[in-house]
Order: sequence, then structure tokens, then C-alpha cells
Amino acid sequence: MNHMAVFIAVIGLSAFGFYIGRSRSIKTVDGEIRKLNSMPGYYGMFVALWCGLPALAIFSLWMVFESSVIMSLVASGLPPDIQSLPKEQLSLIMNDIRNIADGIAVSEKRDIYLLSAAEHVNRLKFTGVLALGVLVVSVCTTCLSLSMKHIKPNMRARVNVEKTIQALMILCSTIAIFTTIGIVLSVLFEAIRFFQQVAFTDFIFGLHWSPQMAIRADQVGAAGSFGMIPLLTGTLMISAIAMLVAVPVGLMSAIYMSEYAADKVRTVVKPVLEILAGIPTVVYGFFAALTVAPFIKDLGGNVGLDISSESALAAGMVMGIMIIPFVSSLSDDVINAVPQSLRDASLGVGATQSETIIRVVLPAALPGIVGSILLGVSRAVGETMIVVMAAGLTANLTANPLQAVTTFTVQIVTLLIGDQEFDSPKTLAAFALGLVLFVMTLILNIVALYVVRKYREQYE
Amino acid sequence: MNRTGLQTKESNARLNLIKAGLKKRYFKERVFRFFGMVAILTALAMLAILFVSITGKGYTAFEQTFVRLDITFDTEMIDPENTGAKDVHSKGDYGGIVKKSLRQMFPDVKDRRQKRDLYSLASSGAAFQLRKMVLSDPSIIGTTQTIWVPTDDDVDMLMKGHIKVESGVSGRIKPYKLEWIHSLKDRGALEKRFNRALFTSGDSREPELAGIWGAVVGSLYTMMVTLLLSFPLGVATAVYLEEFAPQNMWTDIIEVNINNLAAVPSIVFGLLGLAVFLNFFGLPRSAPMVGGLVLSLMTLPTIIIASRASLKSVPPSIREGALGVGASKMQAVTHHVLPLAMPGMLTGTIIGMARALGETAPLLMIGMVAFIVDIPTGIFDIATVLPVQIYLWADSPERAFVERTSAAIIMLLAFLLLMNAAAVVLRNKFEKRW
Repeated sequence: MNHMAVFIAVIGLSAFGFYIGRSRSIKTVDGEIRKLNSMPGYYGMFVALWCGLPALAIFSLWMVFESSVIMSLVASGLPPDIQSLPKEQLSLIMNDIRNIADGIAVSEKRDIYLLSAAEHVNRLKFTGVLALGVLVVSVCTTCLSLSMKHIKPNMRARVNVEKTIQALMILCSTIAIFTTIGIVLSVLFEAIRFFQQVAFTDFIFGLHWSPQMAIRADQVGAAGSFGMIPLLTGTLMISAIAMLVAVPVGLMSAIYMSEYAADKVRTVVKPVLEILAGIPTVVYGFFAALTVAPFIKDLGGNVGLDISSESALAAGMVMGIMIIPFVSSLSDDVINAVPQSLRDASLGVGATQSETIIRVVLPAALPGIVGSILLGVSRAVGETMIVVMAAGLTANLTANPLQAVTTFTVQIVTLLIGDQEFDSPKTLAAFALGLVLFVMTLILNIVALYVVRKYREQYE
Repeated sequence: MNRTGLQTKESNARLNLIKAGLKKRYFKERVFRFFGMVAILTALAMLAILFVSITGKGYTAFEQTFVRLDITFDTEMIDPENTGAKDVHSKGDYGGIVKKSLRQMFPDVKDRRQKRDLYSLASSGAAFQLRKMVLSDPSIIGTTQTIWVPTDDDVDMLMKGHIKVESGVSGRIKPYKLEWIHSLKDRGALEKRFNRALFTSGDSREPELAGIWGAVVGSLYTMMVTLLLSFPLGVATAVYLEEFAPQNMWTDIIEVNINNLAAVPSIVFGLLGLAVFLNFFGLPRSAPMVGGLVLSLMTLPTIIIASRASLKSVPPSIREGALGVGASKMQAVTHHVLPLAMPGMLTGTIIGMARALGETAPLLMIGMVAFIVDIPTGIFDIATVLPVQIYLWADSPERAFVERTSAAIIMLLAFLLLMNAAAVVLRNKFEKRW
């Protein structure tokens, strides 16, 4: 909360800078504003930006590195016999220290060194905030006084301010790139560490997935195997079931909406269908696990089929419901983009409306529809909560949709929830799976976007 | 003459052929149309089933069964030495008081196991309730009061009819317990009341004490961080790309990037948050700050795309008019284009925020799944959010959590509906068609 106070102080100082910059500029020309190069407000902005930006930069850098610096300082202050412990144990101890420092009692045993280290953390935090406050405020005031000296009637304050703002905007727009780089690097880095421990080919072509690792080194037969093929088939099966639901329903409703439905119906039904897209996936997951899966199981029981309560069918069907609006709204767009003249020509030579749709409109819109379906597949592959809640946890290499299968996303979640050790292949495997998932969806997206764009150009 | 006759004959034959096919074609037309209608009705039916099943499961959670107890605030059990000190009061044996009162209601229960079952009629939260009463008003010590306390979730489920009596007898509720419940009911000591705990308390292992307030506050903090980060960044990016950026490879790369990010699975953002924010920068686990960071990266593309569309729809004449009277480009944008594009940008932002509010998977990755009882008080506190709370409750084995999960879902959907309605209103009210 003290960081908040520092932040507010910076903002307050900038506001103050704006005010005195503005009044100083008016004073330099004795109130005759037309003698100024820019409007007084720009001089105020000039001072405010100079006052606030460096301080905010320091502030954010501090926030980013504070906790790691503090923890490493504390770690070096621990007794030597603890420092020489293996890395995993040390990180557990550091966690304990952090929790005690935060006032969260996790472990009952509180050794004296833990308590003193926690106190050390809190002390460092306190001095840290103090130092940050002093540093930031002094930077603020220095910049403020420096920039005040620059205020002269012929200074081009507006150009200066506008250039700064534009530079800031350019900085903002690079965030998208940094995000992508961050995703690729973070996933790739950990995945490479994984492949140092597990052979790449074993991962890609392995038919067996059971990521349990030996807890102790002397345990027998718990080496864990990391073959992703069962996960791939599971993911593909659930996605296929989802698309079997979503494509016919989505496409047919898009056709009906754009070709048959009256305007009144359209204006009501379209937003209602879009509600389906707005429902959080965790809600679908709950629906799948508690309503659809038992229903399907009972239904199967009545006809004498043994259906797993975590069957791929239930998860896939509910996922299909979720994807309906994606397919239908995108297809709706592309169908509407087909020029009316094509329809008129077809109707003019005597084709019925359905013949026009099937033989003229759909072929013309096909690339766009394919693109929308691909985007739907990419959604299905990356969807997490529905499968986490409704699909199975054990990897089955099966083609039977009535059995439980597992997916990439389920495994990522189960591997990463709870305490993690960042050296075990079990945790790193999640990142390798993330890499596969990212690459798969990226390819699907690129192809889909390319197809859609190509198609749009055709009629523009 | 002959020739034309032949022609008419031929064309007649063709016409007949067409006419013969017409019926079939019209039939096909009707079938096609019917399928279209079926598709829409299917989708609508799914939506209806979803809503009905969730409200059907959830509406009972807004009520909770309470039992009336005559509680004697025994001085012996709270403050035997009559110190009147607060810390003595807070250590009093309130559980014992509740048990005593239950024993008084059913004096014939002697068997030890039966006694334990008797005590389980009232929720373990009853003791906390009594302690709170004593702490806020110590003068009630020594008096006897009639107090309604929540019952245990088993009793609650039985009263609501979620546990069938037959299966209840064989399962968790024994026949003699059932008798007690009936006797309580006959005495008018069991009553369903509005479930305040659901709205005011944090998570709990006991369904009757669990509430969503902790998760709601966590969601609010997370959304605050997300909004503060993603809205300025998104708008600045959109303005730069749409109004200032030169058409070159660099901006093309940015554009492709944004479009791709919009379709990256949310769980991958969670992996990013785990690897970068938690492991590399060492930010605290489970904090709304980190959740907000991850979600803002996720919603940025949505906001950027919506904002660009909104900027695009402002006609060039506005810019030209401003430039023509001598405004700089920045002035034209900030004074004229931005205000006109703002409703569209806000609409996009609200929709993006609604998506972020319902997002679960990336938050699981950064540890916002912990069991957290306390209400978070800041963006660096450990917290959970509403959808994650739903996920956690959905995993709990107790029957009573099913209805609470559904109730939490109803609340979440209500929030989302509100946000989307706001977006629609904003769009209809302020968006100009040029």
C-alpha cells in the first residue's frame, strides 16, 4: 500500500508541475499569451511530462525487480548450512519465509532462522519503500526544476509535448510485439529445458503419457513417460465432436439468418445467439460436468452402453455449443459479403432460393466459411475450462468418444496447479505442451486469417 | 409451320419436365429452410437449457436453513473469572455453549455417537456467530437468548429436498437424526431464511458458511488493474496505428501480431504470466496485480481492434476540417477524432472487460486457485476471482456446493449481462452513423 502512496505522490507532483509550468509561462510574457509560442497549457504539460515520466519509469523498474532483489539479499543472509541445501529445498524455504513475512501462517514449524529471515524481508521491504520514495520524489523535483528553466516564450512547447506523446504511443504499440516475444520465449525456454531431460522424439511420437516422476531417487518404476500422442488424439477427438455440433448448427443458422429470416427476427435472434459467446467457459464446464455428462451417461445406460462419466462426447458437445456463435457470426459476415448480383442472377434463371444458396452463395463464400471453421477449431483446441471440468485426466489412446480422454490444456492445468518445482520434467512438460498448443493454434489462425483476407479481397 | 409446331412440342415437353421437377424442388426448398430453422432453434434451445438448468440448481442457494436455539451465555464457559477482558471473551467455549443448547433440546440423547450426530445439526459457524455477539455486546453474558443459527449443510440439503429421504437414511443422515429434524420442524425451530453468508463472506470448507464476497472483491481488484493497464495502452496503440503510423513493414508486423494475439488460447497467456511475471520478475503468486497484468495482455487485442474500428468510422472530413483551421495533427486527433470515437472505444473496452471477468484458465496458472478465506484488501494480497471460485466449488464433493456454485454462476452471469447491456446502451446512445 506504501507503493501506492509513492505513486500518488508522483502523480500529485506532476499535476503540481502542470500548474506551475502553466503559470510560469504566462508570467514570462506578463500575461500576453499571444507572445508565447504555444498555449500555456502546453508549457504545463511539458513540465508535467518531464516531472512524471522519469519518476514513473524508475518506479515501474523498481516494482519489477524489488521482490527478486529482496529475496536474493535475504537468501545470502541465511545460515550457511541452509544456503548449501539443494536448490529445490532452498526455494521451498524461501517460499516459507515469504509467507511468514506476508503474515500467512502455512507451516507450523517455525525455526528461528525462518522468523529472523522473515523479519529481514519485512525490514528490507520497509527500507525499500522508503528509499524508493526518496529517490522518486527527488528525481521528480530535480526534473521539475530543470524543465522549469526551459520555459521561455519562444520555446516550442507544443511540438515538444506532441513528440513525447507520439513516442509514448509508439512504445505502447510495441507491447503487442513484446507480448508475442514473451510468449514464445517463455514457452520455448522452458520447453528446451524439458527436451534436455526428455528426448524430443519420445515426446512427439511417444504413445504413453504418465507424467508421474519419482519423488525419491531410489523409487522403482516411476520414471514417467512423456509421449504426447494420446493427448493429441484426445484433443483432436474432442475438437472434432465440437465441430460436428458447431458447424452444422452454426452454418445453417448463419444461412437462415442472412438469407431467410425477416429483419425483425434477425435483430432479436442474433444478439441472443451471441450471448452464447459471452458465457464464461467455466460455466460451460459446470454445465458439461453436472448436466450433460450425467444425462449422456444415463442415456447410454438405458440402451446398454457403458459411457464414462467423463466421456469425450459430453465435453465435445458442450464445447460445440460454445463455438456455435463463432462459426455463425463469422459465416454470417462472409455470406453477407457475397454480392447480391450473384443471387439475383441465379434467381433470375429460375433457381429456387435453396438452390441459389447451395450452388451459388456457398461456393462463393466457401473460403470465408472455411476460415471461420478453422478459427472455431483453433478455439476448440485451446479451450481449457470445459475440458478441465468435464473431460478425463488419464491419457487414453482410444478412438471411442464414449471413453474418457484428456487434452493438452487439461494436462497443462493439472501439471501446473499446486506446488511446482521448476526443475522436474513434470512441470517443464507443461511448457512443452504449451509450445505445441501455441504452434498448433498459431498455424490454424494464420491459415484462417489468410484465407479470409484473400476471400475479402475477391469481392472488394 | 411444321417446324414451329415441333418447337412448341419440344418446349412443352421441356416445360412439363420442369413442372414435374418443381414439386420436388419446392419440397427441397422447404426442407432446407426447415433445417435452417431447426439449427437456430437448437442453438436457442441449448441456451435455454443452460440457463434453466443453472437457475434451477442455483435458486435454492439464496436461502439457507436456520435452526432456533435457546442459547444460555454461560459465564462459566465464556469468562469464568469474570475479567470482562476482550481476549478472554474471544477464547470462550462457544462450541460448548451450542452443544449444551442442543442437548437441552433433545435431553434423551445419551449415546456418544448419537450425541456427536446431534451436535452436527448446527453449523460449526454457530460458535463464531456467538463469539461475535459476545464481543460486540459483553452484557449478554449470563443471559439466555433465542438465536437463529445456520444448520449444517446436510440438514439444509434435506430441507430443500436435494437429499432424498430414502437415500439419506442409508447415507449421511441416520434415522434418528431424521426424527430430530422432523421434531425441530414441528416445533417451528427450523426455518429457511435469506442466505446472507453467501453474499458477505469469503470461501469456507463448510458450504453453509461459504460466500462469494472474497471472490467478488478479488475480481474487482483484478478488473481494476486490467482496466487501468489495458484501456490507456489499447487506445494509445489504436490511435498510433490508425492515425500516425506510416504504412511500412514495422506497422504490418504489429498488426499481424495483434490479430494473432487475439486468437491465442488464454491458457498460453497464463503460461506467459507464470514464466515471466512470477518466475522471472518474482511478483507474488495469487495476487490480483499479476492476474490483472495477464488479463490486460489478453484483452489488449480486443480493445485495440475495437478502437481501431471506431477510429476508422470517424469520417476524414473531421480531421481535414481541424487541420484546415490550423490544428496540428495531434490536436486534430485529441480534440476532434478521439471524442467522436470514444463511445466505440468504450464499448469495445467493456466487451473486453466482460471477457476478462469470465476468464479462468490463465488465472489458474498464476496460482489464483488457492483456498482463501480472507477478503483481499489490496492488489498484492492473495486473492481469487469469481470464475475461479466457481471452478473450485464445482470440484467440491459436498452436495450443498452444487447449488452454491450455480448461485455464483448466476451472479457472474448477472455481472456480465450488466456489462454487455451497458455496452449496448453506450453504442445506441452515443455512436454516430456518418
